[in-house]
Amino acid sequence: MASPSLSAVEATRVLAARRWRIAAALTTGMVVVYFGFIILVAYQPVLLATLLHDGLSLGILLGALVIVAAWTLTYVYVQWANRVYDPALAALRAHHADDDAAARSER
Amino acid sequence: MNHLVLALQAASAFGRPDRVAIGFFAGFITLTLGITYWAARRTSTTEHFYAAGRSVTAGQNGFALAGDYMSAASFLGIAGLVSTSGFDGLIYSTGWLVGWPVVLFLIAEPLRNLGRYTFADVVAARLDPVPVRIAAACGTLATIAFYLIAQMVGAGGLIRLLFGIPYETAVIIVGIAMMAYVLFGGMLATTWVQIIKAFLLLGGAATLALLVLSRFGFDPRALFAEAARQYGAGVLAPGKLVSNPLDAISLGLALMFGTAGLPHILMRFYTVPDARAARKSVFIATGLIGMFYLMTFVLGFGAMVLVGPDAIKGIDAGGNMAAPMLAELLGGRPFLGFIAAVAFATILAVVAGLALSGAATISHDLWASVIRKGHPKHGEELKVARIATIGLAAVAIVLGVAFKGQNVAFMVGLAFAIAASANFPALVLSIFWRRTSTVGAATSMAVGALSTLTLIALSPAVQVDLLHHPTAIFPLKNPALVTIPLSFLTGIVVSLIKPDRDAEARYRAIETRLLLGAD
Repeated sequence: MASPSLSAVEATRVLAARRWRIAAALTTGMVVVYFGFIILVAYQPVLLATLLHDGLSLGILLGALVIVAAWTLTYVYVQWANRVYDPALAALRAHHADDDAAARSER
Repeated sequence: MNHLVLALQAASAFGRPDRVAIGFFAGFITLTLGITYWAARRTSTTEHFYAAGRSVTAGQNGFALAGDYMSAASFLGIAGLVSTSGFDGLIYSTGWLVGWPVVLFLIAEPLRNLGRYTFADVVAARLDPVPVRIAAACGTLATIAFYLIAQMVGAGGLIRLLFGIPYETAVIIVGIAMMAYVLFGGMLATTWVQIIKAFLLLGGAATLALLVLSRFGFDPRALFAEAARQYGAGVLAPGKLVSNPLDAISLGLALMFGTAGLPHILMRFYTVPDARAARKSVFIATGLIGMFYLMTFVLGFGAMVLVGPDAIKGIDAGGNMAAPMLAELLGGRPFLGFIAAVAFATILAVVAGLALSGAATISHDLWASVIRKGHPKHGEELKVARIATIGLAAVAIVLGVAFKGQNVAFMVGLAFAIAASANFPALVLSIFWRRTSTVGAATSMAVGALSTLTLIALSPAVQVDLLHHPTAIFPLKNPALVTIPLSFLTGIVVSLIKPDRDAEARYRAIETRLLLGAD
């Protein structure tokens, strides 16, 4: 993943920044979903009382969907981590090992 | 009329010693003490005592995290809340889950890579350890104290109702069992107690939910419709529990970010071999905990329709007996006995996790790092951890008895508020922000803990409900809406004013370890 022109330290920073962006975006997603739900509960109780089906109010459906959204976001992260992040970490580990070896041979 | 008869039948077994319940409970205690004996022979170093020798698999840790987290408050409390006030209880069901994705995205992997035994390890990794660890230990011990009191008081009341044992005896039994697990079996025994409890609780709740649904053609909508038919459509919509919107948002913040600052949860990530396993274990835990909270929807409305809110409040004004009453109604006394034993196991697993993380912060953060400056004598740290465990058990028993009859719900809220305001901001800043300084992190933790305690003391929960004053100085029941931003702001501003001299070099030293781990 890391370009060979970068030093291992620079490559670490690039990957750390990338992970931070994903983590921040997904955290924001969870915050928006949950507080969206809480704000609707607090300010739009009448809307949430709307019956979509006999026995199923919009509020109960959205409550269950908050849980489903939490599952989905964790799944998205784990998929990204398995497909992108773990191979990048492996490349970075190799990069550090190369740099260490180069530093030793210069000595 | 039918409900009244059923309710009276349900009431009959409560508050009297029940042979089936005591049999199940004795079985659980025997099994877990057997595991403790097995674990004790494998627990000889601090690495084993605090972190089970890093030998726990991702799957095991996923169940143990769920077992550590799903407290009796959520099983009995939410089912009770939904059965008596309908939809409003679901605010808690969702709130207690949404912290887990945050733990996964922001905390789990860096924590595993940077720390060894406590979350303070992470904050102290590139800062001056002494002030940072003192501040972190205060936040940890405050969180644990309030969480422990809530569990002990809940346990005493619950066991009195379920088994007919006196409150004080129940608190002492819980304290001694907790001490035995932690003292002899350390993290390995605690982990297995939590795994067994997670299986029992999920199995018990799923069986109960299926029994409820079998009466409604396995369609939850038919159950909800019946609840609306009997008690009005209002039970399916937000009600009077959410009278103050800011209160709801503040509580939501505490629940969401508190999870990521709970010391006993964070400590579990050190039991797995690497960051990848830590990640996988949160994924599994999130799945299990979400399933559990979805089931509380069914249990709560099931108890409302089949047992009835009046009968539930007749046994326990707080509604905590909704799930056990439902169990007796649907499965008879043997199933009530099983659910009662599950509730007891639930409390034991949570308090064992709390006691272990408390002992770790006393021995690892305060004794080894602060008093011995990072160089404890050989074997000393483990000895201190064990003495701390005995001390914590004694304190928990005394506080459990002293707080008898207090409302435990606000203490759990307080524990989450302290975790969210004292621990979480410092943890996030020290992982993600290179300019975080020693003084900045320490003041962030101190301000977070002190402002939370102060605002809780001034809140309606204490001023009006506890001291019976007409009004409270601070309007919110949960202070997280104020204290989380305050703690972040303090950490940032103080770090900018008082930077560490070699902050850049210090961050560079841990940068690689944050991603790749120690090895």
